[in-house]
Amino acid sequence: MPDLITFISAALIAAGAVFFIAGTVGLLRFPDTYCRLHALTKADGLGLALIALGIALTASSFGEVFRIALIWFFVAVASATGGHLIATHARRVDRAEGKEGS
Amino acid sequence: MTIYLYAIATLLLLSILAGLIRVLRGPRPAERMMAAQLFGTAAVAILLILSRIMDSPALLDVAVVFALLAAVTLVAFVVLASRKVS
Amino acid sequence: MTDAATLFDLLLAGSVIALAIASLTVRDMFAAIVLFVIFGLLSALAWVRLSAPDVALAEAAIGTGVTGALLLKTLHHLRYVTGKLGEGQARDLTPIATVPAGVIWANAAFCGMITLGLALAFLGAPQAGPGFDSLVAEAMPASGVDHPVTAVLLNFRAYDTLMEVVVLLAAVIAVWQIERGLSDAPAPALGEVWQGFARLTLPAIVVVGTYLLWKGSEAPGGAFQGGAVLAAVGLLLLLSRIYVPRPAHRGLARWAFVLGTGAFAGVALLVSGGGRVAFEYPAQHAYSLILLIEGLVTISIAVTLAALFHGREPVAAPAPEGRNDT
Repeated sequence: MPDLITFISAALIAAGAVFFIAGTVGLLRFPDTYCRLHALTKADGLGLALIALGIALTASSFGEVFRIALIWFFVAVASATGGHLIATHARRVDRAEGKEGS
Repeated sequence: MTIYLYAIATLLLLSILAGLIRVLRGPRPAERMMAAQLFGTAAVAILLILSRIMDSPALLDVAVVFALLAAVTLVAFVVLASRKVS
Repeated sequence: MTDAATLFDLLLAGSVIALAIASLTVRDMFAAIVLFVIFGLLSALAWVRLSAPDVALAEAAIGTGVTGALLLKTLHHLRYVTGKLGEGQARDLTPIATVPAGVIWANAAFCGMITLGLALAFLGAPQAGPGFDSLVAEAMPASGVDHPVTAVLLNFRAYDTLMEVVVLLAAVIAVWQIERGLSDAPAPALGEVWQGFARLTLPAIVVVGTYLLWKGSEAPGGAFQGGAVLAAVGLLLLLSRIYVPRPAHRGLARWAFVLGTGAFAGVALLVSGGGRVAFEYPAQHAYSLILLIEGLVTISIAVTLAALFHGREPVAAPAPEGRNDT
């Protein structure tokens, strides 16, 4: 049974790492600011959630699980708020510079 | 399992380093800032993995601090920049 | 296993050095600040790998919570002084007056001397000595706390820590000397998402800051870490203008600045006498005294770090059109 849990944990962590790499690729390859925001708010959020779940599965105490959940929750809230603030800011700059269509 | 976790942590560190290209290239400040935010999340992930490898729950506190303060620099950037272009 | 660990550590160390060089040499000042923030992030990881979670906590709190915002505000001031406020012009930002070559060389000489001194001290130190681990472990029962780092900082080596608090006090005095008055910037329009975030996160940061202070007696944490985390709340309040400083608050702030230093030095002097020297806490009260000092020092550090950020900001020339996207 512990082997199965270790295996699931390893698989979740690997899947999380894949999403992180996808996020970085998106940050590098997407054409403009608004597209790149996806990398910030989605890919990394999911990547961290998977890794946090993987680590929490093998945690030794309830306190650890609670702190991991707290970490995941606040990173999710912060990156959602950050993404919103950055997007609003980018749109304001675009308008000030007279770019339309955004 | 430990080697495996080290490999994942190394992979995440490499993804941060690759993302640095975006910081160096920009061109917009918003994008550089965004990249820094992204690295904050990756650093939290690395910390979670290190806390398991090094078996040290105190590292979770470091990750909590990172998670809570992740938005401070970004908010400072947005507020100061909005005073400039408004 | 060691190979995987060594590979990770080498990569981490290499990245920290590369980031340090990059943030010093990159031409765009904004990019330099972002690189410095990332440098702080990775050096916190490096402290973790060096098994120094206390330092990692301090670096995480200061690096992500205070330094980035302070540097960004400095850049904002610079842009105002040089009249280059446009986003695109940030790249060719140059100081108004060039620094004389003499000053540059004198600075370089001082830095070189410090590096040389450190190198000599490092090479002259006994190789693989026993260190202070056993001494500290021996004295732990008398310290009043259970965490060696706190015992060293607040008890065995308290003079040094007092001086560190004084350094912060000196910094805030210097900054307040050159401040231009209270900020009159309008409240930024950050939207409802931000308000929800602030309502949720600010109380959580206060709780975690207090938790770090409280935990300092038995595990990594303490006054500096807790204070830096609490200072981030101050920064966010000042930035979003949820808290707007008034002239009447100055006196209170000044009391808060000296509170930590005063209490620390006061306790040190009060316990002396009767055959004891300064900082020699009576054993049965050591825990309460250390907690009292840490609590007051935390308040001082939090207010001081936040106050470094306060002060009037340069106001941009009136924009041709109003903000219309709220």
